[in-house]
Amino acid sequence: MSRRWSSPARPGLALPVAALVLILSIGVAVTIGPADLALSEVGRSVATHLGLGGALGLEPLPTLRDGMVWQLRMPRILTAAAVGAGLALCGAVMQSLTRNPLADPYLLGLSSGASLGAVLVLLAGVPLLLPVAAFVGAVGALALALSLAGALGTITPTRTVLAGLAISQLCAAAVSFVIFWSAKGDAFREVLSWLMGSVASATWTSVAIAGGAVLVLGTLLALTGSVLDAFTFGDTAAAALGVPVNRARWILLIGVALLTGALVSQSGSIGFVGLILPHAVRLFTGARHRLLLPLSALAGASFLVWADTLARTVFEPRELPVGIVTAAIGAPVFAVLLWRGNHR
Amino acid sequence: MSAGYSPSTTAATEQISSTRRRGLAAERVSWEIDGRLILDDVGVLAPAGAVTGLLGPNGSGKSTLLRTLAGVQQAGRAAPPAIGRAPDELASSGAGPSTTFDGADLGALPRRERARVLALVEQDAGTDLPLSVLDAVLLGRIPHRSLLAGDSDADRAAAHAALTAAGARELAEREVGTLSGGERQRVHMARALAQQPRLILLDEPTNHLDIAAQLHAMRVLRELAADGVTVVAALHDLNLAASTCDHLVLLDGGRVVAAGPVGEVLVPAVLEPVYGVRVDVLTHPRTGRPVLSFERG
Repeated sequence: MSRRWSSPARPGLALPVAALVLILSIGVAVTIGPADLALSEVGRSVATHLGLGGALGLEPLPTLRDGMVWQLRMPRILTAAAVGAGLALCGAVMQSLTRNPLADPYLLGLSSGASLGAVLVLLAGVPLLLPVAAFVGAVGALALALSLAGALGTITPTRTVLAGLAISQLCAAAVSFVIFWSAKGDAFREVLSWLMGSVASATWTSVAIAGGAVLVLGTLLALTGSVLDAFTFGDTAAAALGVPVNRARWILLIGVALLTGALVSQSGSIGFVGLILPHAVRLFTGARHRLLLPLSALAGASFLVWADTLARTVFEPRELPVGIVTAAIGAPVFAVLLWRGNHR
Repeated sequence: MSAGYSPSTTAATEQISSTRRRGLAAERVSWEIDGRLILDDVGVLAPAGAVTGLLGPNGSGKSTLLRTLAGVQQAGRAAPPAIGRAPDELASSGAGPSTTFDGADLGALPRRERARVLALVEQDAGTDLPLSVLDAVLLGRIPHRSLLAGDSDADRAAAHAALTAAGARELAEREVGTLSGGERQRVHMARALAQQPRLILLDEPTNHLDIAAQLHAMRVLRELAADGVTVVAALHDLNLAASTCDHLVLLDGGRVVAAGPVGEVLVPAVLEPVYGVRVDVLTHPRTGRPVLSFERG
C-alpha cells in the first residue's frame, strides 16, 4: 500500500467540498418523490420560510407544493442528515476510543438500548421524555456491554463486539416484545421502524432534537481530535502524552451515548452508518481526527440523505425502513474492509 | 556497590537533597497488583547525560517500574513502602515514595507538563488504523500545543528533527502498519523524541530487533545522552547493556539487588544468583568493556 495516507491532496478544501455536497444533496433529494418538484421551487419555498422571499422578490409556492417541500420532505431529509452526521461521528469516536475498528453505536448495542428506552417511555405515555429515556437506554446498554466484556477478562475488541452483540440482541428482542404486547393493529411496521430505523414520520420537532443534538454534542465531540489522536497507540501511550485516560474516555463515551440517544429517539436504530463512514473517510484523511471527525459527519449526513431517498422511492409507493438500505450498502462495504484488513 | 547507587539508604537521600543532582532519582517505589507486590521499595538513580540500563529476569518488575516512574501505570496501586519494617520506624523516617527529576517532584507535575519532560517508549505498541509515520511522530507534539490546535510548522519541524535523530527520516511517508519491527521501533523512538523530553524511559527498545537494528537503537540512546538527556532503558541482553550503558540497576523479584557502574554490576557474584546461570566475564579487546559468556548453572 504505497499511497500517502497523511496528506489528502488539499486538506483545506475537503470540508467546504463535503459541505457543498451535503447542501446540494439535501436540495436535490427534496425534489425527488411522487410529485416532481424543481430545484428552483425548493429554493423559493426555503427562502420564503426563512423570511427572505420578499427581499429576493420571490413568489411563494402554491400552498400544496409548498407544504410538500416544507412540511413533508424537508423535515424528513434534514432529520436524515442530522442522524447520519451524528451516527458517523459517534462511530468514529467510539472506534478510536476503544481502539476497535468494529465499534459503532449499532453494533455495540447503544442504538438498541436507546430504542428500548424510547419504546418504554412511549408505552408509559410520556413522549416528552423520549430523548432522555433513549439516552438512559444507550448508557445502560453501553455500561452492560462494557462490563460484560470486562467480566470475560481483559477488554479486547473481539470481546467488546461479542458482548455488544449480546446486549444488542437482548434489547432488540425486548423492543419487539414490548411493542407486540402493547400495540394493536400494525405492530410489525412499528417494530421494524425502531429496529431497522426510519425517518418517515419526522417532523420539525425531530429536526430540532436530532439537529440540535448534532450541533451541540457533535461540535463538542468534533473538537476532541487531539485527545482521540493520543489514544492511537493505546491507553498507556495516551497517558504518556498527558491525557487523563479514564476521565477522557468516560466523558467522551457519555457524550456519544447522549448523542446516540437523541438521534435514535427520532429515527430508531439505523445500522452501518457509524461503522462504514469513518472507515471510508479514513481512506482520504488518514487516521488523525482533526479532519476525520467533521468530514465523517458531513459524509454521514449526505450518505443517509441518499439512503433515505432510495428507501422512499425505489419501491414507490411502498417505503422501506432506511436501515434496510444502509445495511444493503453497508454490509458489502464492510465485507470489503474486512477482506482488505486481512491482506494489509 | 558505590554508595551513591545503593537504594533507599539515608546516605543516598542526603546526597540527592544536598547536591540536587541532575537526573532521575526515585526512592521507595512500591507497587502491588491484586495484593501481589510487583515492586518492593525500589530506588533508582539515573544521572543526566548518561544511559542507565534496567536489568532483570522476566517478571522482575522492569516494565512496571518504568510505567510507574512515568506515572502511567494503569492497573494496581502504590503499595505502602517498606513492608516488614516497623510502623514507627517508617513514621520516624518520614518518607513515602518519591520520584524527582532535576530536583522537581514528577508526581506533582500536571500531566501535560510531565509529558513535556518525560517520554515513554513502550514495548510493542501498535495500531490497526491507517497512520502515516509522520502522523505517528506528530502525536508526540500533543503535550506541546493546545488541544484545539492543529500541527504548526514548528510541530512539523520538531517531528522531522525527531525522525532524523531516530534514523527514520526516509520512512516519513510510509504507513506504520507496513513497517518491519526495527523500522517501527525507530518510529516509536522518534515519537518519543518529538516530545522533546529531558528524560526518556524505554521498555526493551531492542526486543525482536536484528543485531544491526539493536546497535542502531543503542547508538541513538548514546547520542541522546550526549545531548544531556537522561536515558533509562530496560534491557534483556546483558552484553548489549555491557557495551552501551553507563550505569546499571539490576532487579529481581521486584527488588533492587545491585546498582552502580557497569563493571560493578556485571560480575559473576551478582549475576549468578539472579539468573541461575554460570557467568564468565571477559574483557573486550578493543573497548575494554565487559563481555559476558553464560553456561547453565
